[in-house]
Amino acid sequence: MDLSLSTRTEGDRTVVVVGGEIDVYTAPKLREQLIDLVSSGQYHLVVDMEGVEFLDSTGLGVLVGGLKRVRAHEGSLRLVCTQERILKIFRITGLTKVFPIHTSVEEAVAATD
Amino acid sequence: MAVVELLLSPLAAHVRTARLVTVTAARRAGLEDGLLDELRFAVGEACSRAVGLHARHAPGVLVRVTIEDGPAGLVVTVVDAGPAAGPVPDDVSAGIVEGGDLAGDDGEHDLVDPDVALALLTGLVDTATVEPGVTGTTVTMRWPLPVAARGPGATAVSDT
Repeated sequence: MDLSLSTRTEGDRTVVVVGGEIDVYTAPKLREQLIDLVSSGQYHLVVDMEGVEFLDSTGLGVLVGGLKRVRAHEGSLRLVCTQERILKIFRITGLTKVFPIHTSVEEAVAATD
Repeated sequence: MAVVELLLSPLAAHVRTARLVTVTAARRAGLEDGLLDELRFAVGEACSRAVGLHARHAPGVLVRVTIEDGPAGLVVTVVDAGPAAGPVPDDVSAGIVEGGDLAGDDGEHDLVDPDVALALLTGLVDTATVEPGVTGTTVTMRWPLPVAARGPGATAVSDT
């Protein structure tokens, strides 16, 4: 399955809904999406990963790149993920310490630092 | 023993092909369903790493992926012709966060950082081994197969 991306606005947050496989082939699309959002002034992002079936370290790198870009504008990047197979990737790499990971979009949108 | 061998041009799109073929072969070999995700993620990581290294250092050389099932279980080997792997880093998150996009900045391929990929796949698979050599690196991953899956067919083939 290829990567699917869609965005919507909820209050001052932009929700990016990601589905399919984030790998070395598809990660550039996600990267472009995140760069476009930051370029257009959207600095508070929620990335909904509930539909993601595969994630590799290239995808992790793109998410970290997105986090750095929004932080440069005092923004935030929160993840929504409850899938154990994807959470395991974040745990192994220690990125659970870097990303706020929420169990629902509602929770992520409502969250403040 | 049954063997599937893949030779991949170093194109990012082929990494998915390698994942699909490996999972299909593993399922056929009788690997437990509960281990298929681990295999998919680990093989994807190993192949991303190898394809990225070849694209940068050996674009004319094919990445070799071998899937074998037999008495030793399911053994997947990924052989690359890139620079030999260094030690697997202990603290991956620091490297990721300080190093920017793992992907480097080439835009077209978003190549995976080889050290982070190794750390991730060895974190996923306890039995993974990384052997740097003169001409590249061999990553070997093993998974147990149920005895029934290794049964008479596999034994008969290996005895002949």
